[in-house]
Amino acid sequence: MSSHTGAQRYFIPHNSPWSFAITVGFFALLFGTAMLLSGMEKSGLAILCAGAVVMIVCMVGWWRLVIHESESRTYRALEDSSFRWGMVFFIFSEVCFFGAFFGALFYSRLFVLPFLSGASNNLFTEVLLWPGFVAQWPSNGPGNLGGTFEGMTPGGIAAMNTALLFISAVTVTIAHWGLKNGHRNIVKVFLALTFFLGFTFVVSQAHEYIHAYQQLGLTLGSGIYGTTFFVLTGFHGTHVTIGAIALLVIWVRVMRGHFDEHHHFGFEAIAWYWHFVDVVWLGLYLFVYWL
Amino acid sequence: MSTEATTVHGHGPAPGIMRWITTTNHKDIGTLYLTFSFIMLFVGGAMAMVIRSELAQPGLQIVNPDFFNQMMTLHGLVMIFGVLMPALVGFANWLVPMQVGAPDMALPRLNNWSFWLLVAGMSMLLSTLLMPGGAMEMGWTMYAPQSLQTPFSFAFSIFSIHLMGISSILGSINIIATILNLRAPGMKLLKMPLFCWSWFVTAFLLIVIMPVLAGGVTMLLFDRFFGTSFFDAAGGGSPVLFQHVFWFFGHPEVYVMILPAFGIISEIIPTFSRKPIFGYTAMVYALACISFISFAVWAHHMFTSGMPTAANLFFMYASMLIAVPTGIKIFNWIATMWRGSLTFETPMLFATGFIVTFTIGGFTGVMMALVPADFQYHNSYFIVAHFHYVLAGGTLMALFGGIYYWLPKWTGHMYLERLGKTHFWLTIISLNVLFFPQHFLGLAGMPRRVPDYALQFTDFNLISSIGAFVFGASQLLFLYNVVRTVHRGKQATDRVWEGAHGLEWTVPSPAPYHTFQEAPDVK
Repeated sequence: MSSHTGAQRYFIPHNSPWSFAITVGFFALLFGTAMLLSGMEKSGLAILCAGAVVMIVCMVGWWRLVIHESESRTYRALEDSSFRWGMVFFIFSEVCFFGAFFGALFYSRLFVLPFLSGASNNLFTEVLLWPGFVAQWPSNGPGNLGGTFEGMTPGGIAAMNTALLFISAVTVTIAHWGLKNGHRNIVKVFLALTFFLGFTFVVSQAHEYIHAYQQLGLTLGSGIYGTTFFVLTGFHGTHVTIGAIALLVIWVRVMRGHFDEHHHFGFEAIAWYWHFVDVVWLGLYLFVYWL
Repeated sequence: MSTEATTVHGHGPAPGIMRWITTTNHKDIGTLYLTFSFIMLFVGGAMAMVIRSELAQPGLQIVNPDFFNQMMTLHGLVMIFGVLMPALVGFANWLVPMQVGAPDMALPRLNNWSFWLLVAGMSMLLSTLLMPGGAMEMGWTMYAPQSLQTPFSFAFSIFSIHLMGISSILGSINIIATILNLRAPGMKLLKMPLFCWSWFVTAFLLIVIMPVLAGGVTMLLFDRFFGTSFFDAAGGGSPVLFQHVFWFFGHPEVYVMILPAFGIISEIIPTFSRKPIFGYTAMVYALACISFISFAVWAHHMFTSGMPTAANLFFMYASMLIAVPTGIKIFNWIATMWRGSLTFETPMLFATGFIVTFTIGGFTGVMMALVPADFQYHNSYFIVAHFHYVLAGGTLMALFGGIYYWLPKWTGHMYLERLGKTHFWLTIISLNVLFFPQHFLGLAGMPRRVPDYALQFTDFNLISSIGAFVFGASQLLFLYNVVRTVHRGKQATDRVWEGAHGLEWTVPSPAPYHTFQEAPDVK
């Protein structure tokens, strides 16, 4: 399936069936989800599940191939450098994705709510449409959507989650140091600690959501506050989950003896990703919980 | 592509259909992108014909308003995401590795995946036409809250945007990695052909804006199905938020479509002027400058949305600023031609035609950057004329020129020169007959996105429609010329054009399946 071509300048894989197959799965996954959302529950769910299965099979197959190529040292410095640039710009694109939602939060707080209460050139918005509305934060808007609720506070679960992610950033760095210096036992312990902290974060986030729904009256439908809170933390939590699963995979690979002092791009890519979710959390803690 | 050339390095393409499905070769993938975009050109073109047929006369005679709106929406989305962007990515796939002396794209499997994601996305988008209630009717901008009222097909349309967005991001990552990592020794960044530079800048733009679009349409999805309030004023959100998010994507997006076209023009003009490009470094900085400023102008699409005056002023000045680097580019193309030893083969005809039509579109852009003037032009046919001058008169012309320019290198055959020239003259004349009267319609007050109009607009609409039919029919000549050239034609030399410079002209025509397995010498 894959081989070197001609001179040994750069590894060019040949004839990959995975990308086409995974696209079929992805298409089915999204098509099924759309059907599910649009009222065709049964057939939508069936197509969704079929798509998910195809995708998972393809992901396993594609990554097995890449791991095999990596472990047989098919990739050298030049290939490694391509992967690094690829990962850097992938993470950059993720940053931009979160940027859209942070932008929505800032715009709503700084402009929309004051505008609805008559600021700038919007006097008649307040007078005619929403008389008496006063901008404040947290807010569920002039329509009081979702009923009365309490906002999030920076203490409690949020503070604990911040600590969890910060400690996990330290542990993954220690694991990286251990890998570079050949202390494999340190890698095994600290990497395990890292994904354990990551999964703990996800569980306590779920706990926080339940708390918000049951005790605070805060739901996804609680106007702009509920919207930005759940969507921002939800997408972040999804990324933490993905990152923690990836760390788990890397840990299994370490247990099987993969990677060495110089050849461990897979490890570093996930470590970068982990730092990325960490930094996003910093923004969330600051702008969603605190300010 | 001929078989003897492909076997030189041992690894030829796989036989049969699997060659195209599983290929990781940048030339195969480039061909796939270009073929796909060619098919979509006729799909999107057919939709344009429906629109112009309906608008040829006042009154409703051919289609109902709902279907008209669906055609208008899909025409925009297909032309942008299915024709212009894929065609430019096809050029990038074919040319970037050859121009920087790389053996292939940096991430070949990902490259294949980008293409198939695009096909999946476009298939999902077109499938919405067949669904109950039809496709989205809100125009390609998908403004909330009207787009939220799309019937059954709403979620499918959103997911199709996600698919095409992922495709663009992955393709861009690949182009950046190739340019940063796989340049031949000696190919310094400031020695790269301008086409590579234009795509380098464009890929960066795409990586910033595509996730933002994905975020924006995700917000639409959540508002529709999960009860969020991003765009609902009752909950403290605002429909104007969607406009901000969309145009933060949408404005750089128009540069995504024009910058690689600039790159193509910057390759063609020096060749047929037999002079190096005038002011190479200035051209590179102008590209960077345009892309940088493009992030600070988005709200000039929203002057009538009710922003504070300070915001209107800021976006007005920032938008006019973009005319400076763009002017530098146009000046340098003309300066390259100045006292050159000019010949006007088909690619050069399209390149010079591009300068004229694109500049007209650029000028109307500066007119609309002025806030008080824009209050008059907003949502009129003037804007339709403007962006068709830059996209059809700009990008599409550059694409035609680029195809004629590199087709001999890709296929090993010369195209029919006389037919190419006929195609050019028919295209440029019908293009102006099609779009120029729309300026007058807009200034006289005809709104865009309507299937019916007041009687005083009849004459110019009829002229415009006649132009559209001629324009559409002319592209059949192009189709014939390209398909014929793929199969036969006079054997092309390696250099193809007397004045051509660059690594891609040092390899045989057609270019072998694998090029630059060993790094070329770059002086």
